[in-house]
Amino acid sequence: MIVCKSSAEIETMHRAGLIVWEVLNELRMMVAPGVSTQELDRVAEKRAKERGARPAFKGYRGYPASLCASINQEVVHGIPSTGRKLSEGDIVSLDYGVELEGYFGDAAVTVPVGKVRPELETLMRVTRESLDLAIEKVQPGNRLSDVGAAVQQWVERHGFSVVREFVGHGIGTKMHEEPSVLNYGQPGHGPRLQEGMVLAIEPMVNQGTPNVRVLDDGWTAVTADGKHSAHFEHTVAVTANGPWILTRPKEVTGPAW
Amino acid sequence: MPRPQPKEKKPRDADNPKEDAIEVMATVIEPLPNAMFRVELENKHQVLAHISGKMRKNFIRILPGDKVAVELSPYDLTRGRIVYRYK
Repeated sequence: MIVCKSSAEIETMHRAGLIVWEVLNELRMMVAPGVSTQELDRVAEKRAKERGARPAFKGYRGYPASLCASINQEVVHGIPSTGRKLSEGDIVSLDYGVELEGYFGDAAVTVPVGKVRPELETLMRVTRESLDLAIEKVQPGNRLSDVGAAVQQWVERHGFSVVREFVGHGIGTKMHEEPSVLNYGQPGHGPRLQEGMVLAIEPMVNQGTPNVRVLDDGWTAVTADGKHSAHFEHTVAVTANGPWILTRPKEVTGPAW
Repeated sequence: MPRPQPKEKKPRDADNPKEDAIEVMATVIEPLPNAMFRVELENKHQVLAHISGKMRKNFIRILPGDKVAVELSPYDLTRGRIVYRYK
């Protein structure tokens, strides 16, 4: 069952989303060669608490940290550690969520560490653009699969591939709610989007094969062929006027990230 | 944080109840309303049988006296499903 939220509930989710946005922007600025993912995680955890929120990932199905930091061939769910230091030329996906007054916000951004190879710039740009196109499809009356189809078309046209094993999700009083928001598929299928639905849309795009495998830590997903992967995410509400990106301030317009 | 995608569903037939049926030969005795027929099995039992969806879709007509294949549910041997009409 897909739960539609009232406008008051969506406002609360927006306040949660703003914390996510601010923290991700702070983390983005911290990204530099030599910084460990543990340091980023510590800031992510501290900032949530300062703002009266709870880091949503910590303890979720036993996840040990507040942030997912996935470097290069890591697709998602990279566990921060003191041993993982960023180096020049890496790309790192920062995925972060908080719970505020019972409601969740969830977003992710992939950032370059220093100067990266041009093909990695392209990978990040295409992934970000696929999120933009997906968000455009968030209109009342559209079908859920229109969102995923937009991602897949854009990504595959550029010669990249869409991860199938992990998907976006409805979000609200739980971090993962119905429906699953696939990043692939044919347009025109699935439930119609209605005012009040809130979706976390998160394309995960690989340079090579779409296949991934999960490391022995039970979390970190890496590409099967060891090539790089990028990941962008926003929490988006369906409103009568179209999409409302809850994980950034209303004043910010233009591309998603 | 993305959600792990549940594994693909099993193929539809894997535990389809229709798989368990016993198929037997029968002769149609009389037509009844709603595309039901009284049929007599080779062992002289009379059972109530309806037409399978596939036959209904393709307008296979059935008349008294026709030889048909009937699937019986192991749970209710007084009901069956006509799955084939022999010419």
